[in-house]
Amino acid sequence: MTVLGLKETLNLTVFALPQGERQVRGGYAGDLLSWVMGKAEADDAWLTIMSNPNIVAVATLTEVSCIILCEGVSPDAGVAALAAGKEINLLGSDSSVFALAAQITNLL
Amino acid sequence: MAETLRFHYEVDGNNFTSAGAASVEVKRKLRQLGFDAETIRRVSIAMYEGEINMVVHARGGSADVYVDKDCITIILADRGPGIPDISLAMQEGYSTAPDNIRALGFGAGMGLPNMKRYTDEMKIETVLGKGTTVTIKVYTNGANKL
Repeated sequence: MTVLGLKETLNLTVFALPQGERQVRGGYAGDLLSWVMGKAEADDAWLTIMSNPNIVAVATLTEVSCIILCEGVSPDAGVAALAAGKEINLLGSDSSVFALAAQITNLL
Repeated sequence: MAETLRFHYEVDGNNFTSAGAASVEVKRKLRQLGFDAETIRRVSIAMYEGEINMVVHARGGSADVYVDKDCITIILADRGPGIPDISLAMQEGYSTAPDNIRALGFGAGMGLPNMKRYTDEMKIETVLGKGTTVTIKVYTNGANKL
C-alpha cells in the first residue's frame, strides 16, 4: 500500500506529503530516537508521539516511508516545512499508537 | 587505486535542530557514489549516533569521513568530559543524558551500542577532562563508483 493510500483509508491528517506514492511495507512504533534508529526498517510507517525536528533526520536516515504522529499530536513549529523540504511524509492521527498500529497491520 | 575521498564536518553542540545534518549529507554523497543501500544505511545511522553523542555530551565536535572503494571510515572527535567507564557506556539502556535531552527522545542508552551494531570496527579513545575520539569503519562490497 502507498502512503497516500494509507492516508485515504485511515483518514490521516496531512502535515507534509511530498512522496505519497512511496510504499509502506511494515511499521514501527516508538519515541526513543536511538531505539527507532536501531530497529525501524526502510519502508516502515513510523508511529510516534515525538514531534520535534529530529524526527525528520531519523526518518531520512532510516528510510521509513512516513512518520505518523499519533494521539492528536501536532508537529512542533517548522517541522512540517522541514519534512516537506527533506521529502519526508509527515501525517497525523487522533488514534492511539496501539489502535493505529492494529489498523495498519490489518491493511498490510 | 582510486584516491580516498575525505569530508570534514563541524558538529554544532548548541543546536539540536540541526543535529544529524552531517549524517544526512554523508548519506547523500554515498548515494551519489553508488554505494549499496544497506551500506549507506549502516554508515549514516552509526554516524548520526556519533553526532548526537557529541551534541548531548560534549558541546559538539568534528566528524571526518574517509571514503575508499572497500571501506568507509568515520572519525568523531570531541573535547568533552570523556567517558569514565566505556564498558558501562556500551551497555544498551545505560545513559547519562539529562532529562531535558531525554524529553527530545534522546538518551535511550542506545547510541554507542547502535554504532557498534552497524559497523565492522569501532575504537573508542577517551581521556577524562580532555575528550573522546570514536573511530568506526564499515567495509563495503566494493560495488561503487570509486
